[in-house]
Amino acid sequence: MRPGSHANIPPVSSVTASRRQFLQGAGALGAGLIIGFNVGADGELLAATGDLVANPFVIISPDSTVTVLAKHIEFGQGSYTGLATIVAEELDADWAQVKVEAAPSDATKYNNFEFGPVQGTGGSTAIANSWDQLRIAGATARALLIAAAAKNWNVPASEITIDKGQVTHIKSSKSASFGSLIATAAKLTPPANAPLKDPKDFKLIGTKIPRVDGRAKLDGSAIFTIDVKRDGMLTAVLARSPLFGGTVKSFDATEAKKVKGVVGVVQTPQGVAVLSNTGFWAAKMGRDALTIEWDNSKAEKRGSDDIIAEYKALLSKPGTPVSENRGDIEGAFGPTVEAFLDDKNKPKTENKGNADAALGASVKVVGGVFEFPYLAHAPMEPLDCVVELTPGKCEIWAGSQIQTVDQITAAAIAGLKPEQVFIHTQLAGGSFGRRATPNADVTAEAVSIAKAYGGKAPIKLIWTREDDIQGGRYRPIFVHEVKAGIDKDGKIIGWKQRIVGQSFLKGTPFEGLIKNGVDTTSVEGANNLPYDIPNFYVDLHTTDVGVPTLWWRAVGSTHTAYSAETVMDELAEAAGVDPVEFRLKFLDKTKHSRQRGVLELVAAKSGWGSPLPEGVARGVAVHESFKSHVAQVAEVRIVDGRVKVDRVVCAVDCGVAVNPDIITAQMEGGIGFAVGAVLFDAVTLKDGMVEQSNFNDYIPLRIGDMPKVEVHIVKSGEKPTGVGEPGVPPTGPAIANAVYKLTGKRVRSLPFSLTEFGKV
Amino acid sequence: MIRMTVNGKEKIVSAEADTPLLWVLRDEIGLTGTKYGCGVQQCGACRVHIDGELTPSCGVFVGDMEGKSIITIEGLTGKVANAVVAAWDKHQVVQCGYCQSGQIMAATSLLTKNPKPTDAEIDLDENMGRNVCRCATYHRIRAAIHDAAKTLEG
Repeated sequence: MRPGSHANIPPVSSVTASRRQFLQGAGALGAGLIIGFNVGADGELLAATGDLVANPFVIISPDSTVTVLAKHIEFGQGSYTGLATIVAEELDADWAQVKVEAAPSDATKYNNFEFGPVQGTGGSTAIANSWDQLRIAGATARALLIAAAAKNWNVPASEITIDKGQVTHIKSSKSASFGSLIATAAKLTPPANAPLKDPKDFKLIGTKIPRVDGRAKLDGSAIFTIDVKRDGMLTAVLARSPLFGGTVKSFDATEAKKVKGVVGVVQTPQGVAVLSNTGFWAAKMGRDALTIEWDNSKAEKRGSDDIIAEYKALLSKPGTPVSENRGDIEGAFGPTVEAFLDDKNKPKTENKGNADAALGASVKVVGGVFEFPYLAHAPMEPLDCVVELTPGKCEIWAGSQIQTVDQITAAAIAGLKPEQVFIHTQLAGGSFGRRATPNADVTAEAVSIAKAYGGKAPIKLIWTREDDIQGGRYRPIFVHEVKAGIDKDGKIIGWKQRIVGQSFLKGTPFEGLIKNGVDTTSVEGANNLPYDIPNFYVDLHTTDVGVPTLWWRAVGSTHTAYSAETVMDELAEAAGVDPVEFRLKFLDKTKHSRQRGVLELVAAKSGWGSPLPEGVARGVAVHESFKSHVAQVAEVRIVDGRVKVDRVVCAVDCGVAVNPDIITAQMEGGIGFAVGAVLFDAVTLKDGMVEQSNFNDYIPLRIGDMPKVEVHIVKSGEKPTGVGEPGVPPTGPAIANAVYKLTGKRVRSLPFSLTEFGKV
Repeated sequence: MIRMTVNGKEKIVSAEADTPLLWVLRDEIGLTGTKYGCGVQQCGACRVHIDGELTPSCGVFVGDMEGKSIITIEGLTGKVANAVVAAWDKHQVVQCGYCQSGQIMAATSLLTKNPKPTDAEIDLDENMGRNVCRCATYHRIRAAIHDAAKTLEG
């Protein structure tokens, strides 16, 4: 069975077609993806609304409002604020005049440089891939306004300054607002090569600007997809197969149609949808009243225990070695902007030496078998999508995370061209990766329902929480075996790691991330271990399971950091060296200065080595993901036999800190997300059925279990890198290392709630 | 027909009596600030005040709302609410923001009853313990509640 096959998935043909289209697109763009845009390429800067469209990212209105078009979704990570800050900085706008709108779905203007020709958000790339582009956008708009003022006042442009949204010529005491310059500016050609600011002159970047989406989220006025209303809109709830891969054999909708408010029942490739004109509740009651017979002949019927047992059996067989397979997210579509990311010369560990021989020669070998469960993302806003099909057009309102994939998928289903699909990207109530499916699963469902209903009404599809917890697309189950050995001097001489798990990229447009049979997202964080180990070997078994899986906040590093950093702790103990000191011994001072920096900072700020109260222990971990470096120290107790995390101190190096408060918030949130996952979370299957259903049994972190978090940001002049995900990976191993100190137990099966700790 | 007061205004609604209040607020009355998160009284995103009591609106039937006074995030006013919202803003609590209506309803209820809650009191189910935030803004929620309490102390 093809991995990821499930009732939710659109026909394979559309998926493979889309990959081909992406690659053609990538080829057309060539090796030199331009960071920036063609200034004035459209030839008309004045919009019908009277606004000045200075460039694809900056619109200036007659009332001097500056609208920044965000090519990245806002689902909590602060991207709207960060993106607007970069523009406002170079434009010298007053922050009060800046607002943010979602950019339209148009990958020719709004592609993510790390995704090639695809518009989308993910991989903690929003600020990183927009940094140069939006600085240029802001600076170009600024130069355009200055040129307009120079023309109006007949003075040299070089004598004009802008400060807080006021354009001024000091010598003649002339001053103008942005809005008053629109008429002149619209007739000019935006200047090329507008100068960028010297970072020492930054006024907004590096300050704690309040979030642009903050206020509307305090009074209930912020609109999410679930709140979108269209005239004549119907609400749909979809019945999907309880087993992954099951399909509808037959159904009886008699009782469903009797529910007041139910106006239609339609079958789609994904299941049976009930439509209501009174809202969600009638549609849900209607769905509960359906009688459906499922064809489960091709469905996945294994339980998670069966799957883990099969994975463990594979540990004794060699997998596919990871050497020469260092694909990166930005490599998925061929030509990339690697130079932009300054990543070319970055050291990466590859298989080298002879790990088996080194382990044989070691005075002590440590490690063991690790088990990581399926995890649901469970964003607070359940999955949803609004679709309006009209002749020749498909409009979508959704928290679309990869607009281009949504467009291509919707077009294929609706019989349209991708450019006939218009996505109004909404604020999303969390995602953690769930809204970025390589096959646009939720969009496909909604468009299929709208089509099955004949395009007669706009459709709002809402997943219930049960649909979400039981609907798949989990962080895959992974089993690792790590063996690592030291010599008599306490030097790490060998490291061997075997990883077993599903690939969620196989058969999708993102298949390019699979290099030489190894899915990068399965091994990232393991194959690029920063420590200096002369004999190093990692291999991978990619399994076929019918449970659909997906990237989950921090992806591969959610499991690889755990095994790597807990084994490092074991090695430190075997060598009789302090865990921080031990790690520093194997981190090259030049190549891995940033890992060293965060490790040293976290040690200093956490009081590493200082006495703790009775019954409390510290653990440390450091990890690089999405080009950011994060180290954490967790302080842990055992209370009533369960792990309680009191405090996490975090040091992060993510280059220039565009907004230190948002970076801090992302570290806090990432840490909390990880604490909940490692303490309680697991989706388990029995005979193919998911055993959890809602927040009563898929336990989310609640306020009482949130540790105190202290975040320290390394001052850096490097280009900004991601913060949405990198806070997650070090948390689990830091906790595990502290738990070992307290209990003597090396927890290698997650979540911690599986382990009995008793009294400490 | 069920007659109730929502944010100070009389509303007569036609939903079936066994419809959860949540969906009547959202789909019939059009107040979408109250959010659906779980439907089983486990996440607090739909918490509203019914005759002053903090209540998950997914867990009560609209048929039982006859004559009741309901306050949602859109109609939340008063000294305590203002202090809570100001503290949320000051601490930049929100991330995705989806759960925050429920968080603010719960915090306002807590501080109305208990002007100076301890950390342990904040964590109780009847206070903030039921309100799930998958972005894990809890750290700031706690700080904002203590800050709002300080403001209200004068």
